[in-house]
Amino acid sequence: MSELSVNHLLGIKYLNESDIQLIFETADHFKEVINRSIKKVPSLRDITIANIFFENSTRTKLSFELAEKRLSADVLNFSASQSSVKKGETLIDTVNNILSMKVDMVVMRHPNPGAGIFLAKHVKASIINAGDGAHEHPTQALLDSFSIREKLGDVAGKNVVIVGDILHSRVALSNIFALKLQGANVKVCGPKTLIPKYVESLGVGVEMDLRKALEWCDVANMLRIQNERLDISYFPTTREYTQQFGVNKRLLDSLDKEIVIMHPGPINRGVEITSDVADSKQSIILNQVENGVAVRMAVIYLLASKIKQ
Amino acid sequence: MGQKVLLSSKEINIILHRLACQLLENHEDFKDTVLIGIQPRGIYVAERLVKILLKEYKVKHIDLGFLDITFYRDDFRRGEKTLEATKTKINFLIEDKKVVLIDDVLYTGRSINAALTALQSFGRPKEVELLTLIDRRFSRHLPIQPNYRGRQVDAIDNEKVKVMWKENDGEDLIYLINR
Repeated sequence: MSELSVNHLLGIKYLNESDIQLIFETADHFKEVINRSIKKVPSLRDITIANIFFENSTRTKLSFELAEKRLSADVLNFSASQSSVKKGETLIDTVNNILSMKVDMVVMRHPNPGAGIFLAKHVKASIINAGDGAHEHPTQALLDSFSIREKLGDVAGKNVVIVGDILHSRVALSNIFALKLQGANVKVCGPKTLIPKYVESLGVGVEMDLRKALEWCDVANMLRIQNERLDISYFPTTREYTQQFGVNKRLLDSLDKEIVIMHPGPINRGVEITSDVADSKQSIILNQVENGVAVRMAVIYLLASKIKQ
Repeated sequence: MGQKVLLSSKEINIILHRLACQLLENHEDFKDTVLIGIQPRGIYVAERLVKILLKEYKVKHIDLGFLDITFYRDDFRRGEKTLEATKTKINFLIEDKKVVLIDDVLYTGRSINAALTALQSFGRPKEVELLTLIDRRFSRHLPIQPNYRGRQVDAIDNEKVKVMWKENDGEDLIYLINR
């Protein structure tokens, strides 16, 4: 059980349960490290990592960069908007050029689903998928489960509802895989137009009524409407969406138990979640961000230890 | 694969008492001294010593911490297996304190080297000493020597010193195993 079953982190789909446990146990140790006054360990001093982002990101990019630096890796940052991609270079060419500068690991975000899988087949480096289109965002799902485990003690047997734009969300899909793998019960909730047609084949329940979903769950993971991916109109107005699928304090207070509120960010305050909920003590949104660094350190450490010298 | 007993339970007990007395001689009331057991096996030696000092020599209070050195080791990616971490638990500052690092077996000295690096994350100690139960002579890769040693042994490279503890393995015993 002491090493990962994979050489790349392309999606939760390719992991098994003991991989997830190993990542969490390792992340526990890194969480202790990043709470010291000196937050850095020298493990990866001979590893170079390139962060290649073909899509905008603040949280994920910063979190990965911080994780890499806390492990003492050398870090290269690359944004597609300022690069030769604009001049017509292909993905493989871009990455191979970067790898010829002796890079060991690539963290990539890309708008196309499967970009990471494609890359892993064609280049010699360990690949971490930091989000590929509407497909997967594995480190986000890992840090979400890690945060649930920290707050509630365990993920197995917990009821988790994912609310919002399930259709376009890579966070939703990775979370469904991760939660199911750990034995949690999962439901999705949102406008019918934003629920994928065959989502039930993943062992997930569908609930159209937000109140019923919240009454059932221990944890509610609130997702943002992915306006940049909405090619057609999926619901009449944002206001109507908020009325049906937005969480506010009044709704939470009317439940007979205290549920945990999560959000992968960025938050659209007043749309899927009101400010008083986002900033309440039920919300673990900022814990998720802190845990993100520890979990990414664990993933990078475990993958790097499989890179042959 | 042969094995012989290096130290019996009784001998280990005598040695631990001697080491406790030596610590007492140099650190008196342990006000400015902290003991740090190196994970995973050094913590048993450290816990035993603290128990003896508190119970039998009536020291009032001793700060005891556990230090994991996995992320500071110099053999990351050099072996077959992923290095697995254990827990670090240091609930006090070591700034300006005298630190006694404690481990069960001193062999190449590389673990101690990693421990010295790891220690820097917790402040600048006044001085650092090393206590080991077993000192394998002539096998050092680095210029590191213990300040307190339980027993010095000569063991060749394909021999292994195995320390067993009652808490973990059922009885106190130290073996020399021929691989």
